[in-house]
Amino acid sequence: MGLQDQIKPGNNLSIETIDGDIATLNLGPTHPATHGIFQNILKVDGEKILSSEQTVGYIHRAFEKIAEHRPYNQITPLTDRLNYCSSPINNMGWHMTVEKLIQAEIPKRVDYMRVIVMELARIADHLVCNSVIGVDTGALTGFTYVFQEREKIYELYEEICGARLTTNVGRVGGFERDFSPTFHKKLKDFLKTFPKVFTEFDNLLSRNRIFMDRTINSGPISAQRALDYSFSGPNLRAAGIDYDVRAMNPYSSYEDFDFIVPVGTQGDTYDRFQVRQEEIRQSLSIIKQAYEGMPEGKYYGDVPEFYLPPKEDVYNKMEALIYHFKIVMGETAVPAGEVYHSVEGGNGELGFYLVSDGSRAPYRLQFRRPCFIYYQAYPEMITGQSISDAVLTLSSMNVIAGELDA
Amino acid sequence: MSTNSKITNEFALARLTAQFDGKIISAETPYDLLTIEVPAADLHAVISWLKSDDVLRVAYLTNIAGIHYPTQENREFAVVYHLHSLENNFRIRLKAYIPLANPTVKTITDLYAGANWMERETFDFYGIMFAGHPNLTRILNEETMDYFPMRKEYRLEDDTRQDKDNRFFGR
Repeated sequence: MGLQDQIKPGNNLSIETIDGDIATLNLGPTHPATHGIFQNILKVDGEKILSSEQTVGYIHRAFEKIAEHRPYNQITPLTDRLNYCSSPINNMGWHMTVEKLIQAEIPKRVDYMRVIVMELARIADHLVCNSVIGVDTGALTGFTYVFQEREKIYELYEEICGARLTTNVGRVGGFERDFSPTFHKKLKDFLKTFPKVFTEFDNLLSRNRIFMDRTINSGPISAQRALDYSFSGPNLRAAGIDYDVRAMNPYSSYEDFDFIVPVGTQGDTYDRFQVRQEEIRQSLSIIKQAYEGMPEGKYYGDVPEFYLPPKEDVYNKMEALIYHFKIVMGETAVPAGEVYHSVEGGNGELGFYLVSDGSRAPYRLQFRRPCFIYYQAYPEMITGQSISDAVLTLSSMNVIAGELDA
Repeated sequence: MSTNSKITNEFALARLTAQFDGKIISAETPYDLLTIEVPAADLHAVISWLKSDDVLRVAYLTNIAGIHYPTQENREFAVVYHLHSLENNFRIRLKAYIPLANPTVKTITDLYAGANWMERETFDFYGIMFAGHPNLTRILNEETMDYFPMRKEYRLEDDTRQDKDNRFFGR
């Protein structure tokens, strides 16, 4: 009986060929350690990875094509499904892109409300990533601590828009309703309890000898290579480049808030972890600043062509009825033009390149998806590392399948 | 976006014009983002110069996008590059139009490692060829696909479907 028969290959992990000392190992497409559908064909010498090749596109849903056939308001749900760990940031990014195209004036209050929701989303996104790094090193406890807090963030989403994961939150022009009294109560509770739990989580891992040994020097990338690969977000900052869209090209009144952009030095898993940890603290501080300094005013801007009028007006006013009909049927006229807008998503610079020819749907909409761009550096980062480090590197890069494949 | 940029669009354009005299087909600034059209043959040279220029320092590739304009004769495809100077916080958009008969531009993978998948994606969806690319194969679609789905002649939905009447969907 040959070796091939002795090692019965499962669906996920199979040793295909063994010639000499080098084996080919299929990591994925569906493997419990990869948190998503990623296939990596590894050439390994024992535990050491010699080369790797990724296959992507398993959940490609043709969003860019679909977007060319949908009116602007109906594209928001598509953006939900990019980085589904922080959907609100994607939604807001899209709304702001459209607002930029139609040059809408947005009230300050909307900006502040958006900042609160986006930073909550960033916290949720980073919590998932960092706690999963813990899980992949064998520390499940921290994961259970912070998922309780993530649940609270999801409850906050529910208070705003009724949904949890694919939020479709807000509208072009603002929010569909103001923050409810329950939201205020829950947000205050969250701001009070979260720092304690987060400190506990941080204590579990940050200076944990085993965790540090596992993560330091695992999957490193230099600043120069990270720039060459167009990295953005926490992964770029972990390599030592202080590029944050919020600081560099402030949108949604981010210039009003004090926050620091944490950077690492090594660009390894530990630095990525630490950069995200610090960003969670900064996000918390931004939320507090925005919540305390929230100006009075309307929770939506004056964009009747996009923002649904109140139901009462629809029944009683001719104009409101017309706008309502046009919005629902997606017959809103938009100016022709091309616009690029980017926001700091959970994973980095999430850009929307929108070309409009003045019709009801975009002529072309391209999503600059940070995951898709930085995941191509993965083979370079894991070559020479062990298989368990490869898994760790993947989770610390926070590659989200939805964003990767669009 | 580029409100706090350290260099102005006018300055960058003047510098580019001085370097590539007569090669810049058009320049405009929609929504305050300098957009320059260059011949496809000079695209690589311009991006390379922007990267090495000590003053502009445009050394970060933001994205690459293809666009299909089926009605423009000999300018059927546009390849759009967004570049960013992190040091000057200055963004620039480069465009080149290429004909359907020969949709080829030179690859910039030698300048930016990150261009690899961006170019593969553009090839995958538009059939735009990037000459010199190390591995120009489909990336998100399956390998056996024999058309380029983002081209405008491909409808979103299967034409043979009977269960949806376009009249009722505002289409």
